[in-house]
Amino acid sequence: MSQPPSITLHVPEGSESDGQEPSPDNERALHTSFHQLILEQSSLIEAGLELELQERSRESPARLATPDACAMAWSEPGQGEEHPSYSSASLQILASMPSRTIGRNLGAIISQYCNRTARLRRRSSRPPLQQLCRAARPSLRQYDLETDPTRATLEEKRRLLVKELLSLSPSQCSHMLLTMPLSLAEKRILRRQLSGQRGPLRQHTHHWAPFSPCGWPKVCIVLPWHYALKQIGGRFGSSVLSYFLFLKTLLMLNFFSFFILLAFVVVLQAVYPPASVSPQPFTGLELLTGAGYFTHSLLYYGYYSNATLNDPCTSSPPGSVCPLAAPTLPYNLPLAYLFSVGVSFLVTCILLVYSVSRSFRESVGSSTGDLAIKVFCTWDFKVIQRRSVKLQCENICTQLKVQELGSAEHPRPQPCMIALSIAPLGPAAVQRDKTLLQTQSGSGSSATALLQELLVEQRSRSRSQSRCQCLGHCVVMLLAWVLALGLVSGCVLAVHYFSGHMHMVQQEQQAQDSGRWQQEAILLVVPFVVSLLNALMPHLFNLLALWEKHDSPGTQVFVAIIRNLILKMVVLILLCYQWLTRSVICSTEKCWETCVGQDLYRFMVMDFIFTLMDTLFGELIWRLILEKRLKTKQRPEFDIARNVLELIYGQTLTWLGIVFAPLLPAVQMLKLLLLFYIKKTSLMRNCQSPSKPWQASRMSTVFITLLCFPSFLGAAAFLSYTIWSVQPSENCGPFRGLETIYKSGKSWVLVLEKSNPNITWFAWVYQHLLENTCLLFFVSVALIAVIYFNIQVVRGRQRVICLLQEQIANVRQEGHGTPGAGPAEATETKYLSNENRLQELGLFSLEERQLTGDLIVSKEVSEDGLGSAPRCPAKGQEATGRN
Amino acid sequence: MGGSASLIPRDLLSEYQELTFLSKQEILLAYKRFSELLPREERENACSARVPKSQILTLPELRANPFQHRICHVFSTSETRDDSMSFEDFLDMLSVFSDSATSDIKSHYAFRIFDFDDDGTLDRKDLEQLVNCLTGQGEESRLSSAEMEQLIQNILEESDIDKDGTINLSEFQHVVSRSPDFASSFKIVL
Repeated sequence: MSQPPSITLHVPEGSESDGQEPSPDNERALHTSFHQLILEQSSLIEAGLELELQERSRESPARLATPDACAMAWSEPGQGEEHPSYSSASLQILASMPSRTIGRNLGAIISQYCNRTARLRRRSSRPPLQQLCRAARPSLRQYDLETDPTRATLEEKRRLLVKELLSLSPSQCSHMLLTMPLSLAEKRILRRQLSGQRGPLRQHTHHWAPFSPCGWPKVCIVLPWHYALKQIGGRFGSSVLSYFLFLKTLLMLNFFSFFILLAFVVVLQAVYPPASVSPQPFTGLELLTGAGYFTHSLLYYGYYSNATLNDPCTSSPPGSVCPLAAPTLPYNLPLAYLFSVGVSFLVTCILLVYSVSRSFRESVGSSTGDLAIKVFCTWDFKVIQRRSVKLQCENICTQLKVQELGSAEHPRPQPCMIALSIAPLGPAAVQRDKTLLQTQSGSGSSATALLQELLVEQRSRSRSQSRCQCLGHCVVMLLAWVLALGLVSGCVLAVHYFSGHMHMVQQEQQAQDSGRWQQEAILLVVPFVVSLLNALMPHLFNLLALWEKHDSPGTQVFVAIIRNLILKMVVLILLCYQWLTRSVICSTEKCWETCVGQDLYRFMVMDFIFTLMDTLFGELIWRLILEKRLKTKQRPEFDIARNVLELIYGQTLTWLGIVFAPLLPAVQMLKLLLLFYIKKTSLMRNCQSPSKPWQASRMSTVFITLLCFPSFLGAAAFLSYTIWSVQPSENCGPFRGLETIYKSGKSWVLVLEKSNPNITWFAWVYQHLLENTCLLFFVSVALIAVIYFNIQVVRGRQRVICLLQEQIANVRQEGHGTPGAGPAEATETKYLSNENRLQELGLFSLEERQLTGDLIVSKEVSEDGLGSAPRCPAKGQEATGRN
Repeated sequence: MGGSASLIPRDLLSEYQELTFLSKQEILLAYKRFSELLPREERENACSARVPKSQILTLPELRANPFQHRICHVFSTSETRDDSMSFEDFLDMLSVFSDSATSDIKSHYAFRIFDFDDDGTLDRKDLEQLVNCLTGQGEESRLSSAEMEQLIQNILEESDIDKDGTINLSEFQHVVSRSPDFASSFKIVL
C-alpha cells in the first residue's frame, strides 16, 4: 500500500513559497512562522477552494488528491482535546490526510484510486489515447452546469478517474474496478461512463467476459457440499472446517487418478475381458477381505491381461514381441497400464505441489501473540449459530484477559492460576479432568484451556524457572521421547512377528483345507491388529504428553503429530518391505501382486471401520456418558490433528496400492464420501465447537506438507522401486514374463524403432538421454541449484525485512521523546507519498521521519517483493533527505 | 434457482458478475434470498426495492453476528441513512465477504466496520466498542474498565505507528496483513 511521491499535497501552499528547505536543526525556528501562515491559509482556503480545485485538477489529474478532503477536515473538531501537545494546525493537516478521510468519504476513495490508477498507468507506460480528451468533454460540460459544490467535485473526480481508467488496458481496468472499495451503484456509474467512452468496439468484450474461464469453473467447484460446509463453518468455525476441506482436497486428488485409470485401463479391460477362471460365489465377506469373489475382477492387478488390443498378430504367444509393424496403431495394454499409473502420479504430484505452494503463500508471515491481531482478526464471521457465537465471545474474552495480564507484567501469575496451568489437560478433550471442570464451571473448560495456554506462554516468557527445574524438564522430555520411540519399535516388532505367525497359521489352514470362511477371516487379523495399534497408540502418546507438561499447547500438538506420524510411517515401511520381499504374502503359485492389492484393500477397510468405531465411541458414547452420568453440559471436542492424520494414512495406503489394485482410488473415494457424511452427522450431534485457538491456515499448511512429503513421496519411492527392480509374477497380470515392469517400456521402444525407421531418433533420445545417468545427474544438480538460490533469495529478503522492522521499532522509540513538532513538516510532506505523509507528520525530527518513511516503504517493497523494482518513494525521500 | 434467473436481465447479471467477486450462481442465489426478504407484492421488482434493516437482520447469516448493525450501516447506500439495503448493496456485502475477494478490500471494509463513529480512524472509543462486541454482552465476560484501558493501551502501542493515538487505515491494514487467518475468517457464505 505504498504510494509514490508524485502525488503532491497542496495544503501548505504558502509555506512552499518560502523556498527554503528546513533542516532538523532550525525546525523549531521555522515552526512559528509556518504556524501563522497556515492559520491565514485556513481562513482563505475555505473561500478559494472551489476555484483552486478547478484549475488544479485540470492541469494535472494526479494533483487532485486532497483539496476536497481538506474542506471536510477543517470543520472537524474534537481532535485537539486528545493530544494537547499538537498544534492545532498540524492536527488539521493530520486530519486532512487521505488515509484519514478515506474511511468515510466517497470522494476521497475515488481520488485515491485515481492516483493508484495513475501509478499503474505510469508503470505500464502506455501512452494515453488521443481520443480521450474529446470523449471527456460531455461530462465536463455537465460539470459546469452543476450548482451543488460537493456534488460537483464528486462528479469531477469521477470523471478524472474514468479518464485514468481509460488509459489502462481493458483487463487491468476491469480488475481495478473490481477491487475498488466502492458501492456497486458507484461502480456501475463508472463502468457505464467507461464503456460509453470506450465506444462500441469494447462493448463486445464486456459481454463476453462473464463466460471467460474465471467465471465458470467457480460454479462447478463451489457447488458440491456448499451447504454442508457452510453449516459446519457456521457452527464450528474455520478450524473444524479445515478438516472437511482437507477431505475434499483428497477426494479431488483421488478423482483425478481414478478418472485416468478408468479411462485408459479399466474400461478397455472390461470391454475385452480375458478368458477368466470361473468366479467364486459371492458371500459378502469379500467386502471386508477383498478376496474370494473379488480376486479375479477388475479390482486387482492379476486380472489384467498383457494383450495388445487391435493388433494383427494376436495369435503370437503371450509375452513375445510382435515382430511385424502394425498398420493401425495397436493398443498395448501393459504400456497403457504403466503410463496411466505414471500419469496419475504425475498429476497428483502437480496438484499437490500447487496446493502446497498456495498454502504456503497464504500462511506466510504468521505471527502470534499479538494483541492487535487478536482483536482485529480473531472474529470468525462464518460462525452463525447463537450458541457458537457466545462461545466464541467467551473464548476471545478469556484470551484477551489473560494476555493482558501477561503484558501488564505482573511479577507472577496468581497462585490459583498457576495451579490451573499446572493441572494437565490433554490434547483430546476426552481426557478432560472432572475436577477441573468443576473449578472452572463459570467460563467452561474451554476458557480453562485458554487460560492455561496463555499463562504458560507468559510464564515461559518471564523465564523464572530455576536451572534445576529446567534440567528436570529436559530429563522428562528425553525419557518421554525414548519411551515413545520404544513403544513404536515395540509395535513394529510385534507386527513383524505377528504377521509371520499368521502367515504360518494360514498355510496350515490351507493345508488342512478348512472352510473358506475361516481362511478368509484369518486374513483379516493382521490388518485388525495394525489398525488397533494405530487407534490405541495416539492415546498412549497423549498420556505421555500429560506427563511431559509441554510449554504450550502448540508444541504439544506438534509433538503428538510427529509421534503418530513416526508410528504410522514405520509400520507402513515394514509392511512394504514384507510385501516386496514376499516373505509373508500368499503362496508362490498365486499372483503376488493381487495378494498385495488385497492386503492393501483390507487395511483400508479396517482403517475405515476403526474410524467409524472411533467416531462411535469417542464421540457418541462419550457424549452420552458426559450428559447422563457426569451431568455436565460439556461435550467432546473434535480432535482435528488426529483425524487429519488418519486421512493422510488412508491416502498413503491408496497411493501404495495403485499399481496392485487400479480401482483402489475408487474405493478410497467411496470411503471419503461416507466419512464426510458420517463425520458431519457425528459432529453436529455430539461435539462442541473447539475451545483452543487453532491457526487454521498454518495447520492446513502443515498437513498438506505432510501429505506431500512423507506420504506421497514415500508412496512414489515404493512405486518406483516396484517398477524398476521387482520381478512381476510369471503367470498373471499385464507384465507377466518380464524381468521388471520397466522392461515393458524398453521393449516397446525397440519395437517402435523396428517398426518405423522415421522415429529412430525417439529410440536414440530414449537410450542416450533417459537411460544415461549422467544427464539425470546434471539435471538434478541444476534443479537443486535453482532451489538453493531461491531459498537464499527468500532468506535474504526475510533478513532485510527483519532488519527494517527492527529499525522502525527503534525510530519509533527515539521519536517518543520529542513531541510537539509543528506544521513545519508540512513542507516536507509534499515530496512524500500519501500514506507516508501521515506517518511523516508524527512527531519525530526531520531525519528520523525520513528514515521511518524510507524504512516502511522499503519494507513494504521487499514484503511485496517478487522482483518488482523498488518504487520511487524511497528514492525521492532519500533525495530530500540529502538536501 | 433456475426460475429466478429470468428475473435479472441478462446484461445486468453479467455486469454484476464483472463488478463483484461473485459467480453467476452466487448472484442468483443472492437474488433469491433477497427477494424472500421482501413482502410478496414487491418481489416482482426486487432489483429496485429496498429492504429495511430490521428485515435484513433476520438473515441467519447476520442474526447472531455482533457486528450486524455495523455491517448494515457500512454497506447501505440509503440516502435517508436508515441502513436499508437495496439488492446492489446486498450483493456488495456478499462480494466483500466472499471467498475470492482480495484481502486488501476485505481489510478496507473490516476497517470501516470497526470504525463505529465513522470518522475514518479507530480511536479509543472505537476500540472499546470493538472489544465489547468481541467479548459479548454477558456480565461476567465483560472486561473491567482498568482491563479495557490496559488492553487499548497495548493495542495502540503495537499498531499505532505514527503515535497519534488512533489507528488509521494503513496502520490497520499493516496489522491485518500479518495475520494469515484474516482472509479466511472474514467471510460470510450465503
